[in-house]
Amino acid sequence: MNKPKVAFFDFTSCEGCQLNKLNLENDLLSLLELADIVEFREAMDDQADFYDVAFIEGSISTPTCVQRIFDIRRRTKYLVSLGACAVQGGVNAMRNLQPADEVQEAVYGEAKYLFPSIPVQPVSAYVKVDFEVRGCPMSTPEFLHIFKSIVLGRKPEIFDHAVCVECKLRENECVLDKGMFCLGPVSRAGCEAVCPSNGQYCTGCRGLVSNANIEGGIAMLQRYGFSRKEAIKKLEMYSALNERVHQKTECEHA
Amino acid sequence: MHKNLDINVHHLTRVEGHGNIVVNMKNGKLEKAELDIVEAPRFFEAMLKGRNFKEVAIITSRICGICSLGHQITSLKATEAALGLEVSEQTKILRRILIDGATFQSNVLHALFLAAPDFLNVGSVFQVVSSHKDVVLAALRLKRLANDIGDVLSGRAIHPIRCVPGGFTMLPTEEQLRKIMDDLKGQGMQDLKFITGVLASLAGEIPQFERETEYISLKDANEYAFYDGDIFSSDTGARPVEDYLDVTNEFVVPHSTSKHARYNRSSYMVGALARFNNNHEQLHPVARDVMKELGLSAPCYNPYMNTVAQMVEVAHCIENSIMLIDQLLTDGIKQEKPADHPTRYGRGVGATEVPRGILFHEYTYNRQGNIESANCIIPTGQNLENIDDDMKKLVPEILSESKEAITHKLEMLVRAYDPCISCSVHMLDVSFIEE
Repeated sequence: MNKPKVAFFDFTSCEGCQLNKLNLENDLLSLLELADIVEFREAMDDQADFYDVAFIEGSISTPTCVQRIFDIRRRTKYLVSLGACAVQGGVNAMRNLQPADEVQEAVYGEAKYLFPSIPVQPVSAYVKVDFEVRGCPMSTPEFLHIFKSIVLGRKPEIFDHAVCVECKLRENECVLDKGMFCLGPVSRAGCEAVCPSNGQYCTGCRGLVSNANIEGGIAMLQRYGFSRKEAIKKLEMYSALNERVHQKTECEHA
Repeated sequence: MHKNLDINVHHLTRVEGHGNIVVNMKNGKLEKAELDIVEAPRFFEAMLKGRNFKEVAIITSRICGICSLGHQITSLKATEAALGLEVSEQTKILRRILIDGATFQSNVLHALFLAAPDFLNVGSVFQVVSSHKDVVLAALRLKRLANDIGDVLSGRAIHPIRCVPGGFTMLPTEEQLRKIMDDLKGQGMQDLKFITGVLASLAGEIPQFERETEYISLKDANEYAFYDGDIFSSDTGARPVEDYLDVTNEFVVPHSTSKHARYNRSSYMVGALARFNNNHEQLHPVARDVMKELGLSAPCYNPYMNTVAQMVEVAHCIENSIMLIDQLLTDGIKQEKPADHPTRYGRGVGATEVPRGILFHEYTYNRQGNIESANCIIPTGQNLENIDDDMKKLVPEILSESKEAITHKLEMLVRAYDPCISCSVHMLDVSFIEE
């Protein structure tokens, strides 16, 4: 690909993933040599009609979002979702678990019908997504890897193993053995187990591995003294839209 | 001189989030001058319901990527107040250093990457790269330095990991802290002085416009307030943070998914200029030098000078973090676990100064330590009514200028407030309506 025309768009999100790019201080100027940034509302005035790669941050949560994402998809060759909100709905999707009317009323009171909103969905619920960069915030090494792969016309390598694998490679003490809750066994890696490595538990921000044994994971958490209810509630923080979280299936290995 | 004017800037650029500027003048009468906030609502208050106190700050940091540290610390303070958790002096110092870092990172990002292109008459910092590469590199180094503070003290500058109720999950090493302090003293101070010099040469580009308003910030007897203090109004004086609802008085307007606020007058201002006006006497010496070099003096009633006040705070925060790290190194880092056993369950309010102004979180917990109700009041929301009031005074004063010049000044005005629209909706565009 010649110097590609690249654009960044933000939907319902905290814009932390876009900021994570501006935080690539050391690589930002060399990135600019690889690509022409033609649209990036958060940082520049220009707008363009056509893009080679459109990076999308955020969830789809209003009727306007739906119109914008359709319009962007029509004008771009590749579409890449950035971060948990765009890839799997992120923390935004937790509100789908409560009646929409009550959620609107909790924030706007009597003015609740002024601002239309629809159930939160990832970008892929509406348009074809070519590549996904997971994480909350998105992982910058993965962003650079996918970006370079597109420019070079290569297929990027995407991880689908559990966080436990990366956590063990870093020789961390097991979070569960420390007496803390953890979603590492069922959560998708690629983050280098950054939270367990900093004394926190895995919240599953990159979503679940594709063959996650949810029942086995819950049974294991129960053995460590955590309730089923707590396990599901914590799974819902980033995977509220994953059907497997709410399906009761036979436990295969526990 | 325009008799009819219709300006409609859809999705204003170089701000965080989505907003429109709408100005409508008919037969010499200003019918509308407002900032429409069109960002999609997030409904965080609803997401928090039923969540355990240990999860709350993880979720609230996701209100905003730029101010994630500020939201997290404010959230932790509210939780600690509600559950009766006492944090150590060391935790307070580490949190202060983190806030200094987050403030100067955000202020550098805004002043040099988002606002400065206006002074150079270009559309983005990317165009500045070719003409002023040395300035861009110095700004990037300062930003990196600020992010290093976040990475080392909290595990990650965006959506910090180590800050939890009662303290920290892990502590930095003295070696890491010493390196940050040396970098701040050396390269940091050098880059700051260089950038201040360049900005001083551009000071003539700042529009002359004044509107005296009510300035609200935290005020602390011991320091230029960021982490702690009482709510202070330039009109009415100090009140405890627990009274925040009597100060913010939020109300819904049809042109904004973010709620507006008012206290003693029709509107008030929060942020760097409000802090500067209320607390300038407590600035550190290097900050006072930057203040003089950039031509800022207190009280200042020109909202465009908010960007300059931000640079003064960059200097203050660098100095302050050097001082605090020095203190930690003198005392030695004590290995301590977070004090996270609740001594009571109830209501708690947390307030801190985040880059865009005073931020409030309030939670009520039940006996299981889960959230019963939550409320977050964001600085940008508090500034929105003040921005509308500024536009209503500014437009009639500049009517003899071209429509393009008027639009540009309105965009610059909104940008000067460094609005964080994602935050405020827990949303910006400019639109002029013409016959």
